[in-house]
Amino acid sequence: MFKLAKYVWYDILRSKVVIAYTAFLLTVSMSLFQLEADSGKALLSLLNIILLIVPLVSIIFATIHYYNSYEFIELMLSQPVSRTRILLSEYVGTAGSLTAAFLLGVGIPVLIYQPTATGMALLFTGSMLTIITCSLAFLVSVKAREKARGIGAALLCWFYFALLYDGLLLLLIFTFSDYPLEKVTLLLTSLNPIDLARIFLMLQLDISALMGYTGATYKVFFGSGWGLLYTAVILLAWAMIPLWMAIRRFRRKDL
Amino acid sequence: MIRIEHLHKRFSKLAVLTDVSASFRAGQVIALIGPNGSGKTTLIKSILGMVKPSAGQIYFNDQPIGEQFEYRRQIGYMPQIGRYPDHMKISQVMAMMQNIRNQPAAAIDEDLYLAYDIAAIAHKPMHSLSGGTRQKISAILAFMFRPEVLILDEPTAGLDPLASEILRNKILVEKQRGRLILITSHILNDLDELATDILYLHEGQVKCYDTLPNILQQTGQAKLSKAIAALMQAQSHSPAKMQNGQCTTKTVSHV
Amino acid sequence: MKNWLLISTMLMCQAANAGTIVVGGEKGLPSIKQGLALTKPGDTLLIKKGSWYVNNAIVDKKIVVQGEGWPVLHGADKYVILTVTGKGAVIRGLHFTNSGYSSMEERPALRIIDASEVVVEGNRFTHTYFGIHAANSHHFTIRNNTFQGVTRTEQTTGNGIHLWKCSHALIDGNTAAGHRDGIYFEFVTQSIVQNNRSHHNIRYGLHFMFSDNDSYTANAFHDNGAGVAVMFSKKVIMERNRFNNNWGPAAYGLLLKEISDSRILHNAFEQNTVGIYMEGANRIEVGYTSFRANGWAARVQASCAGNNFHHNNFHTNTFDIATNGTLVLNTFNGNYWDKYEGYDLNRDGVGDVPFHPVSLYSMLVERDPNSLLLLRSFMVGLLDKAEKAIPSLTPENLVDTLPFMKPIAL
Repeated sequence: MFKLAKYVWYDILRSKVVIAYTAFLLTVSMSLFQLEADSGKALLSLLNIILLIVPLVSIIFATIHYYNSYEFIELMLSQPVSRTRILLSEYVGTAGSLTAAFLLGVGIPVLIYQPTATGMALLFTGSMLTIITCSLAFLVSVKAREKARGIGAALLCWFYFALLYDGLLLLLIFTFSDYPLEKVTLLLTSLNPIDLARIFLMLQLDISALMGYTGATYKVFFGSGWGLLYTAVILLAWAMIPLWMAIRRFRRKDL
Repeated sequence: MIRIEHLHKRFSKLAVLTDVSASFRAGQVIALIGPNGSGKTTLIKSILGMVKPSAGQIYFNDQPIGEQFEYRRQIGYMPQIGRYPDHMKISQVMAMMQNIRNQPAAAIDEDLYLAYDIAAIAHKPMHSLSGGTRQKISAILAFMFRPEVLILDEPTAGLDPLASEILRNKILVEKQRGRLILITSHILNDLDELATDILYLHEGQVKCYDTLPNILQQTGQAKLSKAIAALMQAQSHSPAKMQNGQCTTKTVSHV
Repeated sequence: MKNWLLISTMLMCQAANAGTIVVGGEKGLPSIKQGLALTKPGDTLLIKKGSWYVNNAIVDKKIVVQGEGWPVLHGADKYVILTVTGKGAVIRGLHFTNSGYSSMEERPALRIIDASEVVVEGNRFTHTYFGIHAANSHHFTIRNNTFQGVTRTEQTTGNGIHLWKCSHALIDGNTAAGHRDGIYFEFVTQSIVQNNRSHHNIRYGLHFMFSDNDSYTANAFHDNGAGVAVMFSKKVIMERNRFNNNWGPAAYGLLLKEISDSRILHNAFEQNTVGIYMEGANRIEVGYTSFRANGWAARVQASCAGNNFHHNNFHTNTFDIATNGTLVLNTFNGNYWDKYEGYDLNRDGVGDVPFHPVSLYSMLVERDPNSLLLLRSFMVGLLDKAEKAIPSLTPENLVDTLPFMKPIAL
C-alpha cells in the first residue's frame, strides 16, 4: 500500500504547492501567536483558519491533484495493482501530505505557544477536517469526468458546508423557534463535518457560554465524554464514508 | 489464453462493442484492425480491466477477470499515448515500475532499453520528452517484465523509422518465444510480417477473425494492406456481401 | 465517692485560681456541660483531645471555650451541638461534626443567638446541616473556620455560615464547601466579609438579601452551582473578589438583582457562564475588573439604569455584553475590549472609533438560544460584519466611545 503512496507523496512534494501551504500556515499561525498578546485570542483566529481555509485548500488541492495524477493512475491500471489500492494510495498520499503540512504549519506554533488540551483539540480537528475534505474531494473527482467540472463541484461542496449549511440552519432555527429543536439541531450539525468540528472546538474555547445553553440535552451531551466520543466517531465516519463511496465508484469506472 | 464471450460495451447511449467474442492463444500475433472508432482501444482496455464491460465476460487463463488484477502481471501493455507523471525522471519511472512489479532484476528485459540508449537520457523528466521518446519508454515498459501477453496499441505511431524497426524486430523475437501478442496499427505494412491472425472490427462488431493466409487467400491479395482495404471497402459498400463473402463470420474459428 | 469529691474540689480550686476548667484528658471532667456549668465569666474551658456527644451545650457567659488537639463534638446526627448567647464568648479549636438535620428549622452545629462580641475562630465543621447560624446578634467575628457540608439536594443541605438579622459582623478567612450556600446573609448590615473561600456549594457561594451597607473584599468564589447572588440590597461594596468556574444555564459569577448604589471594583471574573448578570440594578459602578473567558462577561437587562462600566478588561469572552432590549441607560466608556478592531491615529491610547460590545449574533442568541449552536461559524461572522457596517438590530447607544487600545493594568 505505502509503496504506491510513496510515489504519490513524492509527486505532491515536487509540485511545491503543499510546501507553500505549509509555509503559509506556519507564517499565519506564528504571527497570530506573536501579534496577539492573548494566546486565547490567537486560538480563536486559528479556529477560523481551520474551519475555512484548511477545508478549502484541502478540497481544492485534492481535487486538482486527482486530475493531475490521471497519468499515474492510468499507468498503474495496466499493472498488477488493484483499483482499490491505487485510489487508496492516492488518498493516503494526498491526505497524508496535507495533514503533514497542517501539522507542521499549525502544529509547531501550537506546540510552542499553546501546548494545552485546547491546542491539541485544534490540531485534531484540523487534521480530521483535512482528511474529511480530501475524502469529499476524491468522491467528487471520481464522479466528475472533467477537471473543470470537478473543481467546480468541489468548490460548491466547500461553500455548502462552510457557509450555506449554517445559513439554512439559522433559518430553520428561527422559523421553528416555537418547537423543541434541540435534538433536531444536534442531528443536523452531525450532517456537516465543519459544523461538528466547530462544536468540538467550541467545547474547548467557549465552554462557559455553551454551559449557559438552556437545553438540558446539550448540557448533558456536551458535558459528557460521550459527546466527545460521538463527535470523534461522526467525524471519522465523514472521512470514511465518502472515501468508501469513491472507491466503490472508482472500481466500476471506465478509465 | 484470453477468451472473450459476448462482450458488450456502451458508453451512455453509444454502443462501442457489440457482442464481441474471440479467443486468443499463446503464439498468436493478432492484428486488431478496424476504422477509427471501431472499438479497438476499448477492446484492449476491456482486456486490461480498464474499461468495465456492460455485458459479457473476459477470461484470462479460464479465470473471469472481473475485478481481478493479478493476471495483469502476465501482460505488457503499450498504450496508444503513453502518459506518465510529469515530474518523474525516466529512471524514476523505470525504477517505480520495477518496484511495483517487484520482479527480480535478473528477470528484467533490457533489450529495448539498450537499443534505444535510454541510459543517456535517463535523467530527463518525463514532461520534457518528445512524443516519440515517450513511445520508446512505453515500449520498454511493455516488454520489461517478459510478459506472456503483449498488448500493443499503435506501437509504431510517432516512432522514427529506426526506432520503429527496432521495435518490429523485438516483436518478432517475442513472437518466436511464443508470446501472445495483440497489436493495433494503422500502418498495415508493419503487421504484414508480424501478424499470424487478423481480427477486423467494424462499429464494435467482429466482422472477421481468421488467420492471415486465409484472409489473403479469400481476398485474393498478396499483401495484408491490400486485403484489408478490400475488406473495408466490402464492408462499407455492402455489408451483406461481406457477411456472405470472403471472410466468414465464424469469429471463433480458432477456438 | 470521697475521692471524686476531693478531685472536684481540687479542680474547682484550680479553676478559681487560674480560671481554667479542663474537660477530658486523664484528669479532666468527663462532660462538656459539666465543665460549662463550672465556669465563671473570665474563665477558660479547655477541652482536651477526645470525642463527646453533645446535645446543645449552652455558652452564655464571657468565657473562652478552647479545644486542644481537635476535640470532636458530635451531634449524633440529631442535635444542635453548641449555642452561644450573651456577650463576649470565644469558641476556638473545636471540631463540630454530625449535627442534626431538620426540615422544620435551620438547625446548625453552632448557634449564635442574641449575642454580641462573640468570636468563633479556628474551628472545623464537618457533616453539618447548617454550620454556623447567627441570629439577632451584633459585633461578632467568625474567623478562619472551615466548613464541609454534605452535598445532597438543595432542600436537604444547609448553609455554611448563615446570618439573619445581624449587624457589625466580621466574616474573615473562612472556607465553606459542600453546602447549599457557602455564606448566607439576610437582613445583615454594616458587616464585612473578607478573605473567605467559598466553593463547590450546591447553590450560591455567597448569597445575600436585604442586606445594606456591607462590604465583600478579597474573597474567592468558585465552582459553585450558581455563583454569587446579591439581591434587594443597597450600598454594597464588592472589591478584589474572584469569581471563577460557575457554569450552568442559571449560573453567574455574580447575580445582581434589585441592587443599587454599589461599587464593584478590582474583581476578576473568569470562566463563568455569565460574569455579571444585572436585573433591576441601578447606579452601580463596575470598574478595574477583569472579565476573561466567560460565556457572557456581563448581561445587563433593560431594567437596569445608571450603571457605569469603566476601566475593565474584556478578554476572550464569547460575548462581552448582552442585553434584552434596545433602550440602554448605562454607560460603557473607557474599557479595554479584545474584540475591538479600531485604530488610534493620535496615539493617545484611546481608539478613534467607538466600539459596540453587543453583536448582532448575541442579540439572536438572546432571542433564540438554539442559535448558540452556530457560534463561531463563518455565517455568523458574516452577519456580524454586515451588522457592523449597517447597524440595524443592535442597540445603537450601547457603545464605548473611548475604548482603550491596550489592556488596562489592574
